[in-house]
Amino acid sequence: MTYAPQTPSESAYNFAYLDEQTKRMIRRALLKGIAIPGYQVPFASREMPMPYGWGTGGVQVTASIIGKDDCLKMIDQGSDDTTNAVSLRGFFKKTAGVATTFETADASIIQTRHRIPEKPLREDQVIVFQVPIPEPLRFLEPRETETRKMHGLEDYGLMHVKLYEDIAKNGHIATTYAYPVKVNGRYVMDPSPTPKFDNPKIDRMPALQLYGAGREQRVYAVPPYTDVKSLDFEDYPFEVQSFDKPCGLCSAEGVYLDEVILDDHGGRMFVCSDTNHCEERRAQGLTGPMAAAPTAAQLSDGNEPKPETRT
Amino acid sequence: MYVAVKGGEEAISNAHQLLAKRRRGDTSVPALTVDQIAEQLSLAVARVMGEGSLYDEGLAALAIKQARGDLIEAAFLMRAYRTTLPRLGYSQPLDTGRMYIERRISATYKDLPGGQVLGPTFDYSHRLLDFALAADAEGLPEAVARRVSTPASMPRVTDLLGDEGLIEPDPARSADAAVSDLTREPLSFPADRDLRLQNLARGDEGFLLALAYSSQRGYARTHPFTGEIRYGAVEVEFFAEELGFAITLGTIKVTECQMVNQFSGSAKAAPTFTRGYGLVFGQVERKAMAMSMVDRAMRWEELGEELTAPVQDHEFVLSHSDNIQATGFVEHLKLPHYVDFQAELDLIRKLRAEWLEAQGAVDPANGKKEAAE
Repeated sequence: MTYAPQTPSESAYNFAYLDEQTKRMIRRALLKGIAIPGYQVPFASREMPMPYGWGTGGVQVTASIIGKDDCLKMIDQGSDDTTNAVSLRGFFKKTAGVATTFETADASIIQTRHRIPEKPLREDQVIVFQVPIPEPLRFLEPRETETRKMHGLEDYGLMHVKLYEDIAKNGHIATTYAYPVKVNGRYVMDPSPTPKFDNPKIDRMPALQLYGAGREQRVYAVPPYTDVKSLDFEDYPFEVQSFDKPCGLCSAEGVYLDEVILDDHGGRMFVCSDTNHCEERRAQGLTGPMAAAPTAAQLSDGNEPKPETRT
Repeated sequence: MYVAVKGGEEAISNAHQLLAKRRRGDTSVPALTVDQIAEQLSLAVARVMGEGSLYDEGLAALAIKQARGDLIEAAFLMRAYRTTLPRLGYSQPLDTGRMYIERRISATYKDLPGGQVLGPTFDYSHRLLDFALAADAEGLPEAVARRVSTPASMPRVTDLLGDEGLIEPDPARSADAAVSDLTREPLSFPADRDLRLQNLARGDEGFLLALAYSSQRGYARTHPFTGEIRYGAVEVEFFAEELGFAITLGTIKVTECQMVNQFSGSAKAAPTFTRGYGLVFGQVERKAMAMSMVDRAMRWEELGEELTAPVQDHEFVLSHSDNIQATGFVEHLKLPHYVDFQAELDLIRKLRAEWLEAQGAVDPANGKKEAAE
């Protein structure tokens, strides 16, 4: 007996991998999410050819909305060329053959993990977030049956108690990323594990925000220009991280920076987390104090592939 | 080095090449064929088909080869493939009473209609390494005489008990009741038994094994007896609307376990034996048995029992049984998280500075620390 399977070719897969029925099912869930901003809509998430936790929710959302004329930007940790961003961009290049870009301004769809680009997004753009745990109340109450009830009853006391206890214990709200927000005055939502630095960007953002959690089988959305308020107290207002130094490469201030360890005796520098933003500024001739330092050479040029242009 | 997360494209391509090389191993050793895996590692193939939720021995064997023997990775390959297949419809319920039996045992009766058929099993082999298998020239196995002729229809032990009313009846099936399918609808709670069984059938063998074991050790004990385990081939029938009758699509091999559990009765039900059910692809008895024990434990509510242990907890069990989901989320921690880690670094530095400052302000009179703010 022979078991060797017939080998279907890769072209046997549909445009953007998912079949049209599945895409339609996901788009219906997204429309419901847009109609009820911040509400987590259950959807029949599919197994994808990358593992759960690698962005299967974001990939399914992008696959459902992408068309042949779209231009896709894929980032992870703010960077276009981190390994998983490369891998997911390659997936859509292969299965959808769409144009891809590193330029925030050129993209019609931006799929992201953990960051929002520094450049303000426009009405004609969509940002897709990869979400690991969509439920902002999950770490306070592990049961889905309970948290759904709490959302239904708008019972968010537990969350406020948690934030209050943080302040009582530490003097600060000890949540630095995935900082909970209230959307349109109704649902408390997890903005995905972006640093709270990015929270002000999703308030009244002109672009449509779509959030996909594949393993947890949820999508949710924030329509353009929707109020998104980070939870806080009158005497402890929400505040974002601030960095006391500018970007070491492009001297940008008021942006989110990554700390890069340069040696094993305390040498470090801070550089833009949004690599495209940093490159643009350097192309304009803006340089930071470390731009010419030999220890930072790998960051400022050399290894980075040239930014792609729209094809 | 920072380049570890830069220049990802080249790194990924190189990693894939190295992986392919490592998968092949020493090229002076002949490559495994898919047929060899399907024929000689059939229990691994069965596990991959079950947890991969797709009955295809050839594809499962290929997946095992591609995954270098990592069975969860192989099941993942199967899942990612099956999700692209069109859904033509649902088969008729399997009739395991008409199974072509290769193995059938009962622990509750010494002998019973149809007989005990030991079949291929490790149960009574001594676990001594057989060095003859390591020798190059493994001879052909001796022909095995089939000493019993199993009847075409073999009554289930639970049916024999049912005739006496000693075991709860199987729930009546209403013809129009749709069966839940968690590959089409997201898992939601409360989850009915059909959905639970589907979830367990796709669930991780190790997870179910540990849960079943915990119930034996007193965490929601269900006093199980193996009423029957049967393994063999059953026909899969599909009702074709155009024809107006069911046609046989083929046969699949399955293991079915009917666990018979003590039950002393409650306010809701008279004393009877109760059922736990397990059904898996291939000869995967360990999982079929564990599944039937977990199924029984999860029926605590309808039987008026108390919720005391993890194995009974629907949300806990069903949300964590899928090893494709579990391995993905656990392993995703190796993806870069430096943006969030930066946010945490910032906070912990701030908290430490404040704490150290407060330590410096200790009042020596009473040693009491001032509040941080």
